[in-house]
Amino acid sequence: MNFQSGVHIKKEWDIVGARQLGRNRAKELGFGTVDQARIATAISELARNIYLYAGTGRVSFEIVEDINKKGLKIVAADEGPGILDISQVMEDGFSTSGGLGAGLPGVKRLMDDFDIDSVQGEGTVITTIKWVR
Amino acid sequence: MRIPILKLHNYLLVSIQIDLDDQTAIQFQEDLLSKIHKSGATGVVIDLTSVDIIDSFIAKVLGDVITMSDLMGAKVVLTGIQPAVAMTLIDLGIHMQDVPTALDLEQGLIKLRQELEE
Ligand SMILES: Nc1ncnc2c1ncn2[C@@H]1O[C@H](COP(=O)(O)OP(=O)(O)OP(=O)(O)O)[C@@H](O)[C@H]1O
Ligand SMILES: [Mg+2]
Repeated sequence: MNFQSGVHIKKEWDIVGARQLGRNRAKELGFGTVDQARIATAISELARNIYLYAGTGRVSFEIVEDINKKGLKIVAADEGPGILDISQVMEDGFSTSGGLGAGLPGVKRLMDDFDIDSVQGEGTVITTIKWVR
Repeated sequence: MRIPILKLHNYLLVSIQIDLDDQTAIQFQEDLLSKIHKSGATGVVIDLTSVDIIDSFIAKVLGDVITMSDLMGAKVVLTGIQPAVAMTLIDLGIHMQDVPTALDLEQGLIKLRQELEE
């Protein structure tokens, strides 16, 4: 089994669509309910950030396999304004939109691997993986 | 989509049965506050048994609605938070310490009565 699938984020409702698709993928892969909730929550945060800060973008899912483990990789990519100071946005409570500032630091804790690649004026790609236990 | 708000004596009861999108969450905030205002309710139970995800946005809306209701004189109790949801909230760094919670709707009503008698 290998698939690549994703959701275009253009309108607010796509946030719900992305997290529902991601949860189904997680379930198919054999994640338990708590990890399914973690994955769905992380997707919700990433998709909302795209919608809020970049306007449009894409959240895609991919199964990744290592020697003796399987995981779900989520890639959230946009061509928005980019992130100037990555360490700042990873701080709990930092928000430019009056939010809780819990999204990105939260995603890092909810998932296992986490990476931000962002170029100012060009966009942001956030890649994160959860491994099946 | 709109979340139904029921009135029972001095209390309002809400059971969230759908996957909350942002618009519905904001609409719910407005509806609940206006219903508190119109009915003069002194307590609200929000049951989250069917909610399988609370992200930072929904957590903020819920937190705000609790603070605003409090300002208007109505105590809010949250009930039925799923274990998985409780765990993701902690990962998000959201600790709803000051929010009264209970296992289910029935316990929520008991808790409200206690809170209001204090
Ligand atoms: N895709 C993105 N493109 C540009 N800037 C972003 C992007 N994602 C996040 N940011 C910036 O990083 C900040 C922190 O994001 P984070 O998701 O942690 O918090 P928030 O969205 O402000 O609030 P919350 O997610 O708690 O509702 C945002 O306020 C925004 O300035
Ligand atoms: Mg965010």
